[in-house]
Amino acid sequence: MMFGKRSAIWMLVLIPAGVFLAALFLGRYGIRVQETVRVLLNLDGPSDIFRALILRVRLPRVLAAACVGANLSVVGAAFQGLFRNPLVDSRILGVSSGAAFGAALALVFTWQGMAVQAGAFVFAMVAIGLVMLVGMRFGSSTLVLVIGGILVGALFNSLLGLIKYVADPLSTLPAITYWLLGSLNATQWSDLPPLLAVTGAGLSFFMLVRWRLNLLTVTDTEAMALGIRVRLIRGVIVAVGTLMVAASVALAGTIGWIGLVVPHVARAWVGPDHGRLIPASAALGATALILLDTIARTVLPTEIPLGILTGLIGVPAFFLLFLRFLRARGETQ
Amino acid sequence: MRLVSNELAFAYSPNREILESVSLAVESSQVAFILGANGTGKTTLLECLSGLRGPLRGSVTVDGQDIHQLAPRVRARRIGLVPQLHEPVFEFTVEQAVLMGRAPHLGLFGRPSKRDHQAVHEAIDAVGAQHLAKRPYTKISGGERQLVLIARGLAQGAQCLLMDEPVAHLDPHHQHDVLSIVRRLADDGFSFLITSHLPNHALLYADWVSFLLDGKTDIQGSPLSTITERTLHLAYEMDFEIIESATGSRAVLPRVKRETRSASR
Repeated sequence: MMFGKRSAIWMLVLIPAGVFLAALFLGRYGIRVQETVRVLLNLDGPSDIFRALILRVRLPRVLAAACVGANLSVVGAAFQGLFRNPLVDSRILGVSSGAAFGAALALVFTWQGMAVQAGAFVFAMVAIGLVMLVGMRFGSSTLVLVIGGILVGALFNSLLGLIKYVADPLSTLPAITYWLLGSLNATQWSDLPPLLAVTGAGLSFFMLVRWRLNLLTVTDTEAMALGIRVRLIRGVIVAVGTLMVAASVALAGTIGWIGLVVPHVARAWVGPDHGRLIPASAALGATALILLDTIARTVLPTEIPLGILTGLIGVPAFFLLFLRFLRARGETQ
Repeated sequence: MRLVSNELAFAYSPNREILESVSLAVESSQVAFILGANGTGKTTLLECLSGLRGPLRGSVTVDGQDIHQLAPRVRARRIGLVPQLHEPVFEFTVEQAVLMGRAPHLGLFGRPSKRDHQAVHEAIDAVGAQHLAKRPYTKISGGERQLVLIARGLAQGAQCLLMDEPVAHLDPHHQHDVLSIVRRLADDGFSFLITSHLPNHALLYADWVSFLLDGKTDIQGSPLSTITERTLHLAYEMDFEIIESATGSRAVLPRVKRETRSASR
């Protein structure tokens, strides 16, 4: 399904904007649309409670959801192209496992808030550092990077298991488990600056190099023959992408599937050209995670962890995509 | 345009030189063929000649300039490499695939302009693939995909294209479609260096033939003088017969002993 260029651009702006606004007035306490808009425009009328609810509770959370969704999706799309494999996502290089270990380590020491975020971020960087080290030693081919990522991921998963094993089963273990399920619950403005900075810089970077990403979907030999410094560019893209994933995971926990499914939906919508795929992935990813997070905090009296919800909705979505993929290749009736 | 390889040597591991001494030259309007058995290093040779692999000894020059000293983008505007066909992962259209050839003309943050699209259309026209422009590159035939790769090389601005077994896996009709377009482009001034396993194609289309044998190119020259029963035997370690048709064109025929089957079986 392809849309005209202009209508596609409008939809890329309007859909996320609409969902963003809707997420602000939807919630345990329903607030009318007019009042939400008045609060956002800083007009008189709505009570202070509504103001506080929208500006201090919902706005940072919805903003975080938008950033995390856009980051995971854009990096997922870029990595699928980079590794010439439509089945990888941002977790392929072991970044999420590193982040999970870092967060768990912070939680075991009963640190909280920013310290957990910092722990997750630092170990996400350690994980990718190890992968890049292996890559540099053995020639940075996609195979080496993927194998390196899987091994580093396995290493950190074992370390995470060790931490869970020794963690206090009454206090820290539930905290670790809850963190691993992923949530934007209790996101405050003070949590946001690192995420906002990395998202702004990262998305700008990917928007700038988006056409060039096409050139990384051909084999290394072909790309080099086209005059591309493949290994250098791949290294830079992996580094920026990792930064975006690390900042996202550090705040929201490990949220799966978004980075895998959204790029596929975006590709079905605008085609494989990264010139369009990157903005489409960003818009759809932001939209998807705002929607999922809104469901997570409104459907049940108690909050559903986001990671569970992305799985519950992501798994059937991926299965449907998979069937569509097979059908398009004529491999099923 | 003149691409020259001067006593080029290359090795993947220190003690095993896959190329020992390759000397050859390709000029404008020439179609040159490289023949040689499997594993003799034909693909490696093309990668060295296009500047992707640095030589152990010797040099490759394009119009007198050492190709390994040129910046990758400059090199890509002179020499194009058309690798062996493989199944692409993503459904780019033919237009988008050819557009990738404009990469050496764009900066890191560049996006293709109207001029780049113009160059793409000219390249697609040059290989006669206008009707394929909007089709997914994954859904066209192998022969058509080969034409698209040639168009991508032309969009690069390359005057010389190095092609790695361009007609392997194609049926005879498509083999000759691709090679006649190569021949026509050569008559327009482009030059081609083609690796092949088919001496008959060299006899039909080449201006110049070189055998790659034990890492050397000692046997080279015009197709008629180089493709002989003796050289074919040296290259492929089996016997061939050169036959001549009533119209005077020559062809290579392998000498095969056929077992005579008894009627009872």
